[in-house]
Amino acid sequence: MWLIMAVKITIRCITKTLKTLCLSGVFSFCGMTAFADTVPEQLLVLRDHHFVPPTLVVPAGQRFKLVIKNEDLTAAEFESSELSREKIIPAHASGYVFIDPLDVGRYSFFDDFNHDTANGTIIAQ
Amino acid sequence: MFAVALIVFREVLEASLVVTIILAVTRNVPHRGLWVALGITVGVMGAGLIALLTRVISASFEGAGQEIIDVILLLTAVVMISWHVIWMNSHGREMAKNMRSIGGAISEGTQPIYVVSVIIGLAVMREGSEIVLMLQGLWLNGSSLMMLEGFFVGLSAGVLLGLLIYVGFLALSLKHIFSVTNTLLILIAAGMSAHAANFLAQAGLISSFGSRVWDTNPLLSEESTLGQVMATLIGYIACPSGVEVLFYTGTLLIIITLIFVTRRTSHCASIRSDLFHSKGSM
Repeated sequence: MWLIMAVKITIRCITKTLKTLCLSGVFSFCGMTAFADTVPEQLLVLRDHHFVPPTLVVPAGQRFKLVIKNEDLTAAEFESSELSREKIIPAHASGYVFIDPLDVGRYSFFDDFNHDTANGTIIAQ
Repeated sequence: MFAVALIVFREVLEASLVVTIILAVTRNVPHRGLWVALGITVGVMGAGLIALLTRVISASFEGAGQEIIDVILLLTAVVMISWHVIWMNSHGREMAKNMRSIGGAISEGTQPIYVVSVIIGLAVMREGSEIVLMLQGLWLNGSSLMMLEGFFVGLSAGVLLGLLIYVGFLALSLKHIFSVTNTLLILIAAGMSAHAANFLAQAGLISSFGSRVWDTNPLLSEESTLGQVMATLIGYIACPSGVEVLFYTGTLLIIITLIFVTRRTSHCASIRSDLFHSKGSM
């Protein structure tokens, strides 16, 4: 009985901590927009269902904002399972995703709607 | 053709698995087919609407509109699924005691059945909108026959896999079906919550709290079919960020706590009514 009570109290404490964490998340959310603007940007262009440049070199260990500009007549979906990012970019439009600080290495990405031609690599060094 | 089929298959799979589990849960509910069909229909229409409004959605909220819509759809599904599971856990036991089927209770109106339609509709809407956009692109590129072939192959494969899993569920006894599907629903909800967190981090609205907490891709790649099934069924993430781990475990803990709390309350209530009845008979 005591054990069950103890477990229940622990669970309650954990939930409370989580809720506090979520709240602090909301507060950091408010300050984040300003913070987001100071992040360096990298640009990828989609032209004739190819990424330009196909290889993007970025500094490792630094968060950045990846802007994808779609110059094609059809929508694209920038996707990378290695970066765990997916974003639809409408025709003749731009979109962005934030990329967390990367370890040194290669990370592949592609346009999910045009797998065969539109793929590329981000090299963090 | 194969590439199109694969993408359609992947998108259909997630919705198909959700429908499968809901079908298994509502096995004994009369007219459940109608409610499931309603969910799918509304989902398909919603998918078309989202695809149609892509440009507007993408441009809204300073470019974070897509993520915000996805987060709203995901979190609504999380709430609906949690509500359903918690309800099943607090009432399911009494039903079993009274030798009545859980489905019977739903049909009696104690649990609104439209929850089923909403959960299915949301899943179809999210996955379907991407299919619509891709097909639209292929159509504009003039590859319509390939598109149709790929679409039907992918769609059938996704639905077939869902059917296979459904047959597997039917092989379980009623008691096991209840615990298995409920456990899966809790894990699905936790996975959706983590997915929502990732969208918020992608849009730069929250911090990721560490980008790669662990990497189990060598063990089970998230891009493999099994990896995708696991991603939907238990919210498997091969390489999660801190915020995904936090949302996943947080959602699990909250649902489990609520199950305990409501179960205890309903248990107390039933003891109280038992006492009352025994006193009355004395």
